[in-house]
Amino acid sequence: MPMPTGATIGILADNLKKRNSVLPISTSGATRWARGLDLPRGGETVIYTGLMYQLIPYIAAMSKAQGKVEDSWLADLVGIGRYVNKVVNISAFMALPPGSMKETFNTMLANIALLLKKAGVEMGYLYGEELYSGALIYDLGADHIFGEHARKVYRSFKKNGVKNIITVDPHTTNMLRSVYPKIIKGYDLNVKSYLEVLFERNIQPLREIGGEAVIHDSCVYARYENMLNEQRALLSGAGVTVREPRDCGKFTLCCGGPAESLFPKKAVRQASKRVEQLKEAGGNVLTMCPICYVNLGKAAAGGIKIDDISSYLVRAYLP
Amino acid sequence: MGMVNPDFTDRVKGPEGFNAAACMNCGVCSAVCPMGIDLLPRKLFRYVLLGFEEKVLANSETIYSCLLCRMCEANCPAEVHIAENVRTLRNYINKNVFNI
Repeated sequence: MPMPTGATIGILADNLKKRNSVLPISTSGATRWARGLDLPRGGETVIYTGLMYQLIPYIAAMSKAQGKVEDSWLADLVGIGRYVNKVVNISAFMALPPGSMKETFNTMLANIALLLKKAGVEMGYLYGEELYSGALIYDLGADHIFGEHARKVYRSFKKNGVKNIITVDPHTTNMLRSVYPKIIKGYDLNVKSYLEVLFERNIQPLREIGGEAVIHDSCVYARYENMLNEQRALLSGAGVTVREPRDCGKFTLCCGGPAESLFPKKAVRQASKRVEQLKEAGGNVLTMCPICYVNLGKAAAGGIKIDDISSYLVRAYLP
Repeated sequence: MGMVNPDFTDRVKGPEGFNAAACMNCGVCSAVCPMGIDLLPRKLFRYVLLGFEEKVLANSETIYSCLLCRMCEANCPAEVHIAENVRTLRNYINKNVFNI
């Protein structure tokens, strides 16, 4: 039996409504990546993580637990879990990721902030006041809960005097740039991905790192945000030869990640198909979305090397 | 055959409407779907437009399996907003079946 769809969405939506995130994480866990970076609190321009990179280790741990429950008699208990979760945060017990995985994603975020600094961007960070964008709940179609949350996020930006937002992943970029304006009256925030900002600022490489990398475009950057040039230009500036898999650019093949929360096995099957294409193109894959990174990595099981694009860029653009 | 619910189509419509009338049943969406979902969106959207609520609800797993990756939209000659339509159906099911 697959995971009960209604109960699973209910748990995630209840978490967003009651605890401001689909999988609640502690403030220290959410902000640890920024330690030592001297980012001022708030300001007109902020880096906004939307908690995506920080949440991925927890989502991966939750998905692993779900994989064991899916197709077993335990799936029946998820319905009861929703009622319990209203009072006690059960997802906190189910999702306990290894520290090394959290460290990997924190390093990616720190790299992104350092790249922006190198490009001359003066930005702040909202630290514990930063909220999740609600992307998963939007995708799952719980519109009224998403709408309330989006307005809460917007109010938090306005309260802190934020005018310009630099996002770090495609899903958060899409939410803040293309979805929020449709549902929030008078929405006036200027939203750009860090890849767009680095490109616009014409960040100059300190060295050419050379080599080849197979680019896995995110569906959201490619088909929702029409963003295909910036990442390639930055990699080219770094001296990296970009190789394209069979389905690429506007016609990139999804990593399967969006199916993860309800159908973990379908998500892995889809990711495996993509991994085969990436292997054919030469391996050494780079992603620009933490969901793609983790889902492809799970399917590849060490068969190919996968890195976040930021880890390539820091080697070329930072001292 | 299925029961027709004449109000169903109007109730499904989300903030951006339910954009499926332009679908010409060419099948490109089904051919390019990475999940191999052959029902979406041709039959499913037709069920909505015709008011076959039961048939739509019977395909809930398909509706929630869609990746919203827009591969179908990128290839759709009629520019149907397929992913948003699927999301709209999820919203309907969440509200009316799952009480979310």
